[in-house]
Amino acid sequence: MKLSETAREIQLDGRSRKLRLKIVNTLVAAGRGHVGAALSLVEILRVLYDDVLDFRPLDPAWTERDRFILSKGHGCLALYVLLAEKGFFPEKELATFCSHDSILGGHPERGMVPGIEASTGALGHGLSIGLGLALAQRMKKRRSRVFVVLGDGEINEGSVWEAALSAGKHKLSNLVAVIDYNKLQSYGPVDEVQPLEPLADKWRSFGFAVQEVNGHDVAALKDIFARLPLEEGKPSAIIAHTVKGKGIPDAENNPFWHHKNKLTSAEMALINAAMGKD
Amino acid sequence: MRRTCLDMVHELARRDDRVIYIGSDPGPGTMAAMGEEFPSRCLIEGISEANVIGMAAGLAMEGYIPYVNTIATFLTRRCYEQVALDLCLHKLPVRLIGNGGGMVYAPLGPSHTAVEDMAIMRALPDMTVVALADADEMRRFMPLTLDWPGPIYIRLARGGDPLVSKDENGFEIGKAILMRPPGDVLIVSTGSMLCQCLKAAETLQEEGISAGVLHVHTIKPLDGEALHKHSQGVCMVATVEEHLRTGGLNSAVLEALSDRPEKPMPRVMSFSIPDVFTHRYGSQSDILEHYGLTSNGIAAAIAAAIEP
Repeated sequence: MKLSETAREIQLDGRSRKLRLKIVNTLVAAGRGHVGAALSLVEILRVLYDDVLDFRPLDPAWTERDRFILSKGHGCLALYVLLAEKGFFPEKELATFCSHDSILGGHPERGMVPGIEASTGALGHGLSIGLGLALAQRMKKRRSRVFVVLGDGEINEGSVWEAALSAGKHKLSNLVAVIDYNKLQSYGPVDEVQPLEPLADKWRSFGFAVQEVNGHDVAALKDIFARLPLEEGKPSAIIAHTVKGKGIPDAENNPFWHHKNKLTSAEMALINAAMGKD
Repeated sequence: MRRTCLDMVHELARRDDRVIYIGSDPGPGTMAAMGEEFPSRCLIEGISEANVIGMAAGLAMEGYIPYVNTIATFLTRRCYEQVALDLCLHKLPVRLIGNGGGMVYAPLGPSHTAVEDMAIMRALPDMTVVALADADEMRRFMPLTLDWPGPIYIRLARGGDPLVSKDENGFEIGKAILMRPPGDVLIVSTGSMLCQCLKAAETLQEEGISAGVLHVHTIKPLDGEALHKHSQGVCMVATVEEHLRTGGLNSAVLEALSDRPEKPMPRVMSFSIPDVFTHRYGSQSDILEHYGLTSNGIAAAIAAAIEP
């Protein structure tokens, strides 16, 4: 079975459902948010923050930390929920998402949100910033690694491929690009808007070691992240096959859930049912 | 000026291990000596300005001071979003060294002439914009870039520019330098136009018109205090820049003057490039002459404008 099919069929465990419910509740409190893009990210971020990244929530600038950049900044609902859970800021902040005095904007900002390494939102910036961070770790002889999560629509941007060329040239094995390959961008299917295949070959040809994975399979993600760098002397690219809107049947693969302004009570009832909440 | 600037980057790298040079695709041998001495801090990254700016941002987040160098148009237009978000939004100490500010690359046409660079850099919050008069002034300026907060755009002139700046005037980022005391007129200049402005003031003096010259090497933050002080009592302020009229020195001066509504607004005349792409080639001086940006052109126009 193809990874994109297993990504569709995999059942979510209790923790994944709970995280999704928090995302949806945050969206409901704010009345808006890029929910589809956040839901495809949940397991990638969950595994990174539960099992992979080295960080200190009470000392976010700890020099030996691993660096994480959500280059597809519009997926920040998922990141905020994880950061709150890990103690970077109080969970009650989630209820202020996108409000006038909140630290949590519709795209994440460094200096505003503890744990946010780089302000993102405009696409195609994160990998270059990550490249600079990774070079700096090497120059300073630190063991810190740099993880950058990119969207599949995002990698339409030429700047991503400029960064990929440079990362390959510098043989940055401390740099990891994770592509949230949910196959759907704002307008519609990636395959129709700007086809990316053969995607793994593209990254390979730019000097990356590449692995593909079901991006909702927690065990498989843990296994791949435990094997980093995928190849010594090369940056790693992990292509995570995911489903946009994963976990909410009505939202899955539905471009109208890319950004939501409001949820009806009927939609909320469906979501609660899908998340196992009465 | 360009050679001095890059030599200074190398010299600063010896003094301070935070200094990194990043070029895109400069001429062969550029920064070779620094590359030999500090290979890990001298990077040539190819024709990829968007990536270079993001990469510089990442390095600056880790405490480095990257000096990014390429042709001014590519460093400003090509990667504007990266400059705005990666550098300015993060307030990072990245230094952008733009070769060929103004009409230096006149023979190469509009793709290479940086005539709106100061306008678009000035429009970005937290960006500092500097256009120096000559190589001596560059030597005074560059050490200050080590600890200046936030990004700086450094507009380079042609190179081999006449040395008109003076050591005794010192140098402070954001502080304009009065080169000649004001009289009937205050000429406000930036960059290497200072030389033309000083000559124009001498010519006017011979005609019985006293003209002061205020050298605004920092377009942003603009020294409004000096501008207000020295424009008091003159019958005209003339701004002179190798730049489009839109958004550059003239705009900055008008904004600063309008900030003090309690003071009378002096008459302001702009010497600049009109709002067009220049479809003429030849040398830089050919183009400057075409637009009246010469000492004689400036002096004649000022004299005509203030004739009773």
